[in-house]
Amino acid sequence: MNILILVIFFGLSAFTLAAGVMVVTVKNIIHAALWLIASFFSVAALYLLMEAEFIAIVQVLVYVGAISILVLFAIMLTRHVTGEGVRQLYQRWWVALIVAAALFGVLIVPTVFNFQWSVPTAPDQSAGLSSAVQIGTAFMREYLLPFEIASVLLLVALIGAIVIAFEERASRRRVLTLAEEVELRRQRGESLRLAATPTAPEAQNTGSAPSQP
Amino acid sequence: MNMVEAVPLPWVLVVAAGLFCIGLFGSLSRRNTVGILLGVELMLNAVNLNLIAFWRYLEPNLVAGQVFALFIITVAAAEAAVGLAMIIAIYRSRLTVNADEVDTLKG
Repeated sequence: MNILILVIFFGLSAFTLAAGVMVVTVKNIIHAALWLIASFFSVAALYLLMEAEFIAIVQVLVYVGAISILVLFAIMLTRHVTGEGVRQLYQRWWVALIVAAALFGVLIVPTVFNFQWSVPTAPDQSAGLSSAVQIGTAFMREYLLPFEIASVLLLVALIGAIVIAFEERASRRRVLTLAEEVELRRQRGESLRLAATPTAPEAQNTGSAPSQP
Repeated sequence: MNMVEAVPLPWVLVVAAGLFCIGLFGSLSRRNTVGILLGVELMLNAVNLNLIAFWRYLEPNLVAGQVFALFIITVAAAEAAVGLAMIIAIYRSRLTVNADEVDTLKG
């Protein structure tokens, strides 16, 4: 039984690390995103192996279901500059490799070789592992303030993402209200009908991309 | 008959540290900003793996480990949304997503 768990652990770990290496080295950025999804799945399987089933479900829902789709949408919106012919790494990528390898050494030597973790040999099974019920209770009791702050953070991120991504379409530094934008479009439509030429800042701004609604 | 008896804790730490360093290498070496974000997501996953491992091996009766992992997942979702919105805004104004071509602040 222990051998089986060991084999599963090694398989999942090897797949996670291999998928991570593919994410950072593969040329096509869409393939990198798909390898990232594979890595998320195997990390979720590792959570299941460690009996953290709620975290595993949340991992699949949030990372695989939401973040990966967001990344794929961003890649598709910026599509034609992400081809295979474009150089994907910096010229001095080996400096980054040295930094990462040195950090790995600095992390691993003190934690693995020079420190004795006091893992309880016979863990107390009477109380049981903390389950989803206890997580929910904890969110409503001792972690109530961080929980509410996290909800505010999500709201701020939602509004911020909309504001940042919406800025260019309004072609203003400031985000307009709906009434101001209707007024602006009405004026622009009239001026377009009169002059039939785009105004100078917009032509300079976007270059070849069509920006007019 | 569970993972605590079968797999020692340092092995899990090695896997998490390896995943973190792979993500660090990706976020430092990629030119594409979407690739940089992919590396950051790998690093956050490694941190979560560490948290869950410490929870399971050292304090399995406390709920704090899983709660921290959930907060990190929340922050990662917010970071991904704002980061990708910024990438799309940069692409709209400069028609590129490569980090070395967005050098307006360079002296």
